[in-house]
Formats: sequence, C-alpha cells, structure tokens
Amino acid sequence: MARVNRHILAVTVENRPGVLTRVTTLFRRRGYNIESLAVGTTEIPSISRMTIEVEGDDQIIEQVTKQLYKLVDVIKIVDITEERSVDRELVLIKVKADTNVRAEIVQIVEIFRARIVDIGRNTLIIEATGDSGKISAIEDSLKPFGIVELVRTGKIAMVRGATRP
Amino acid sequence: MKLKGAEILLHCLQEEDVDTIFGYPGGAVLPIYDALYNSNIRHILARHEQGAGHAADGYARATGKVGVCLATSGPGATNLVTAITTAYMDSIPLVCFTGQVGTSLIGRDAFQEADITGITLPITKHNYLVERTEDLRDIIKEAFYIARTNRPGPVVIDLPKDVMDNEIDFEPNGKKEVNIKGYRVMKGYNAGQIINAVEMIKQAKRPVIYAGGGVVASEAADELRELAEKRHIPVTMTLMGLGAYPGNKPLSLGMLGMHGTRYANYAVSECDLLIAIGARFDDRVTSKIETFAPKAKIIHIDVDAAEIGKNVSVNVPIVGQVKEVLQAINAKIDGVNEGHHKEWLETVERWKDEYPLRYASDPEGRLMPQHIIEKIYELTNGEAIIATEVGQNQMWAAHYYKLKEPRTLLTSGGLGTMGYGFPAAIGAKVAHPDKPVIDIAGDGSIQMNIQELAVAVEYKLPVIICILNNHFLGMVRQWQGLFYEGRYSYTDMSHQPDFVKLAEAYGAMGIRIKEYAEVEPAIRKALASTDKPVVLDFWVAREADVYPMVPSGSSLFDMLGGD
Repeated sequence: MARVNRHILAVTVENRPGVLTRVTTLFRRRGYNIESLAVGTTEIPSISRMTIEVEGDDQIIEQVTKQLYKLVDVIKIVDITEERSVDRELVLIKVKADTNVRAEIVQIVEIFRARIVDIGRNTLIIEATGDSGKISAIEDSLKPFGIVELVRTGKIAMVRGATRP
Repeated sequence: MKLKGAEILLHCLQEEDVDTIFGYPGGAVLPIYDALYNSNIRHILARHEQGAGHAADGYARATGKVGVCLATSGPGATNLVTAITTAYMDSIPLVCFTGQVGTSLIGRDAFQEADITGITLPITKHNYLVERTEDLRDIIKEAFYIARTNRPGPVVIDLPKDVMDNEIDFEPNGKKEVNIKGYRVMKGYNAGQIINAVEMIKQAKRPVIYAGGGVVASEAADELRELAEKRHIPVTMTLMGLGAYPGNKPLSLGMLGMHGTRYANYAVSECDLLIAIGARFDDRVTSKIETFAPKAKIIHIDVDAAEIGKNVSVNVPIVGQVKEVLQAINAKIDGVNEGHHKEWLETVERWKDEYPLRYASDPEGRLMPQHIIEKIYELTNGEAIIATEVGQNQMWAAHYYKLKEPRTLLTSGGLGTMGYGFPAAIGAKVAHPDKPVIDIAGDGSIQMNIQELAVAVEYKLPVIICILNNHFLGMVRQWQGLFYEGRYSYTDMSHQPDFVKLAEAYGAMGIRIKEYAEVEPAIRKALASTDKPVVLDFWVAREADVYPMVPSGSSLFDMLGGD
C-alpha cells in the first residue's frame, strides 16, 4: 500500500466569485476529502490564496494537483508539505471556568502562550495560534474543564526564506 | 459606435468564424433572436434544446470547429445539460449560450431562472456569467479559445437579458489577444521522454498502438499512420478513436475493450509494448484493470497531464499535443521492413483469421442487424458519416462500418447518451451537405429525439435514419439474458409508433424493410434522396446479441462469443 500522508497545497487563484465553489466541487466530484481549507486575499487584490490540507497517497495528491491545474481560475499550486515552511492555525475555545478553576486555566493559557480574550460569568474565551500539534494540545488540556464551544480557522502556511510559491 | 449586447454577441461570433448556430428561442433570449433576425449567421431551429446541443456537437465532431448552440434561461438551459455532458465526456469543443433573467432578478427565483453556471460547473471545461455588457467580447474570445485548445471541451456563457439589451460604445476592430493567467496552450514536450519512447519502440518485439479520440482531436491521423506503417505496428482504436486509422487496412485491429474484437483484445493482452495515444484507459476499454496489457511496457501520450497515471501507471509519460509528439517520434525513428517483427504480425494475422467478427443467421429468417450495417458499408463505399445512438446499434456500427477517415463517426462514447445520434447527424449534414450522413439507431433511442425530424424536413437535410428495430431495448435485454436469468424486465418495446407513418407525418420518407431482398433497394433509395430525410425501419431478429464481449469485471482475454 502506498503511504497516506497529509499534504498542504498552496493554491493561487483568481479572486472571482465562484472560484471556491469550483475548487470544492472538484474535490467532491473526484471523491477527495479536504481536511482543512483557508482562503484569503493576497498582496495582489485580484489574486487569492487557498491553503488546502488534503490526505492521500502520492498518486491521489498528484491527481488532485493535476485536476486543480485544469481549472481555468487556478494560477499556481505548490505542495509545501516537504518544503521548509511555517504553518499556523488559530483557535477560539470557550471553556467552563468558575472561580475555583480559573487560576488553573490561566496557568495553562500562559504555558501555551495563548490569550484570554473574553471573560464571562462562568466561561472564558481563549485564543491560541500555533501549528496543529500545539492547537490539539491546548484543546486536550482544556477538555477536562468542559469545552462549551470551539472553532478552528484551518491551516495557513508559507515557505520560509525568499521563495514564493 | 453604439451597439446592443446582443449585436456585440453576433459580431463576436463572426470574429470567431461562426457561420451556423443551433438554437431554440425563449423569453430571456428575445434580444438575441431580435439581433439574429437580420444577421448573416445561419440559425438552425431545433425542436428541443437537447437536439440543438447535440446538433452543435455533431457539427463540431464532423468539422473540428467549435460547435455553437443557444437556449433560453431556466428549462431551455437545463435541457442542454445532457448535451453539454455528452460533449464534456468526449472532449468536444462547444460554446453554449444560455439566456438568463435580468441581473437585478438573479437569485430571486424569478420566472425561468436556473443557476446554469452552478449546474454546469462539473460538466464544463469552464463557464461564465456575463455581468456587464463591457465584458462580453473578452469572455466570448476566452470561451472559444478554451473550448478548442488543449483538451477541447464545452464552455457555457450565461447571458442575462439586460446585458443583451444594454447599449455601449463598441469598437468593431478592437479585437484583442487572449491572455488567461491560469490557462496556457500546451507547447512542446519532454525531449528526454521522446528518446525513451523511440528506444522502447525500437526494442519492442510485440508492439501495439492503442489510439483514442485525442488523435482525432489533435488532427494527428496522418502522423499516426506514418508511425504505424513505417514500424508495422498493429493499431487498435477506442470507440472515440475509430477512423483515426483506416479500419480497412491490414494493420487495423478495429476496436478494443468490452465489445472489442477478439484479435484486438488478444493483441493488447500479449503485447510487450502498448503505445497509448490520446486515450484515457477508460473502464470500457481496460475491463479488469489489474490484468490489462499485463506483459506490456506502456508509453502514454496525452495533452491532459491529469490523464497520465490516472487509471494505470505508465513507463513513459509524454504530455503534449498528440500531433506534435508523434511528429517528434516519427522524426527520430527509421522505417523497418515487414520482416521486423514477423512472428508477432503472423500471430496477429492468425487471430484475425481464427476469430473474425461474425454472426449466425436468425432461426426464423429475420434480418440480421449486422448484415444491414455491412450493406450500408458496401453501398456507401465506407465513405459516409456515421452517427449512432447508444446500445447494440452503436456496437454493431463500430464493428461493421470500417471507417476510413477521422471525423466520420459521431457517437456518444463517454456518456453513452441515447438520443444523441440523430440530432448529431443533423449537425454533420449541415456542415457537409454533400456527404451521406447516416444515423444508425435503435427503436428505443430514436424515440428520445425523434422530434428533430421536423428540423431535417424544414431545412431539407436528407439525413438517413436506419432503425435496427428489434422491438427491444436491445443492449439491456442482452445483459438481462446473460446475467439476470433472462428476466426481460421492462425492456420490451413492442408498443411503438409506426415509424413509417411517423416519418410521413413529419414530411419525411419512411420505408419498412422485413426481407433480405428489400435491404439493398431501400438503402439505395434512401441514399438517392436529395431533399428530405429518410427513415429506414428495419425489422431485425429480436434477440440478436452483440459479440464478442467481455463481461464486466473480467479480463480482456476472457471473452464471450465470436469464437
């Protein structure tokens, strides 16, 4: 069996209505699964950048890339999994926090260099950024207190140094 | 000068050398039809939008030009969907214009509003919703460019009514070059892979060429022929590739795959080198993929990089225009004499002698459908344009009409669309009024777009419809017989119109043929018609089957029948 890996694809696309639908329709139609997806504009307003995390063996990743290239609105695709790159996710976690556990939670927040961005009567909202491992770790640490709500942005990534995808 | 959107549209069509379009009017396209009223562009009025779409497709296949069709918003546009998908699956260049409700009404579920760009997303090469009249020219230019270049395909342009009505300043001579960031026309190839391919061809002892629709799309039949004939390599073709190499030449193995010839399938199974050219290793070709061409190294030439490695892994992948790549290979490889791989050619000849296409006669003495195709082949000298519907009629046409030229077979290969053949034949006849155009049909599929008879009559297009009438949905019945214990569930079509009277009701000629002696005179009479279509209703053996065949899931060399 071919090895299944997670790949991060940096996809440069035209910033036009419907481009996201074209990309996701392609994934759906060919039966590929998007693990995470983040879209935003770039330094050039007419161009957007999608960071797509997709799981599959080499053959699947090759097909995903080739099929994406066939979309007229897709300008460039770089698989930055193997490259030296920085990847980050942002998470907001609303956690149960009555007065007798607050101190403990604050300590966890400090250890992870996260931030408390809202204090309610019985809850805190915590913001953390980091790679997927760190995000999962902070989630695990807060779970015992009771997570009320959690939202992750999906991964964005960039190659280190002077190269641009 | 001031022009309305609809007038700009027609101007742009002429810039693309479009002289004929196939369409059907409606509310949202009223401005376009108004502009067509005194235009030089010839508009063929279909009787159903699906017919318009298939006719544009048939026109494109028969000429190599981009086919153009036009439909109104909502149901008009959705009626095109099957035609668009048919063209998409077979990589046929089409530009389909659809009307749309006014821009201020879009998204409000207005009367006859359908999200056709959303609907056609996965079945087009690209699509556009034109939001401003100013964008029209660039979009049309891009659409034609995308439709016809690289791997061709259908492009949809959705035209809101107000965008067609608006008047803007327009510079008629201001034609611009196309420049799309995310789309480049494929040029060149990997020179190293050409050397590898040439080396492999030189080393091969049992080579076979497997040619697909890409050879036709790339206009590379001459280059294919040069390669095959100077190296004496047998050529088998996919359904889409038929005609790419002359079917009547000794090196032709005919079609391969599920209903391929035994000799083609045996050759592919025994070859040591398979040269796949503009083909995509579709399941109807490979059958059980694990045992496809088990002894072969594979060279795969295709313009679409995504096709390479999609279904099988290959030894030498070459991404490029088929014509250009074949020219490069031909330039680097010398001819050999016939003795070069004598043993292999003898083996192939032996298979041909031992397992030719053949059929028994009907115990009740009814006409055999294969005989009818053979007669048509004989009487047209193999030089007609053949359209087919889908099912047994299609396979018999593929077996017994040995096409000599590319672009002479119009058939829905990928999607398998019943009702495709007749409107496609109309499109081809419009393009080639001097060539005989014959639709090989079944009694089931012809009923799916029979309304287009009115079109053929109106425009005096003497298309011949040859119904192989077995009063069954024959191919499904055949499978029910083979794999479902003969339980003919809802495939009996005994209730059918009188096709002769139906033809006459439309103003066409109709002839019913039940006896062998009537076959040739009827075909001759049909071929002699100069101003009206002819329906030939051949009552054939009810339970004739298409053989040989590879049951699904089996290996290519495990064939039923024809032995």
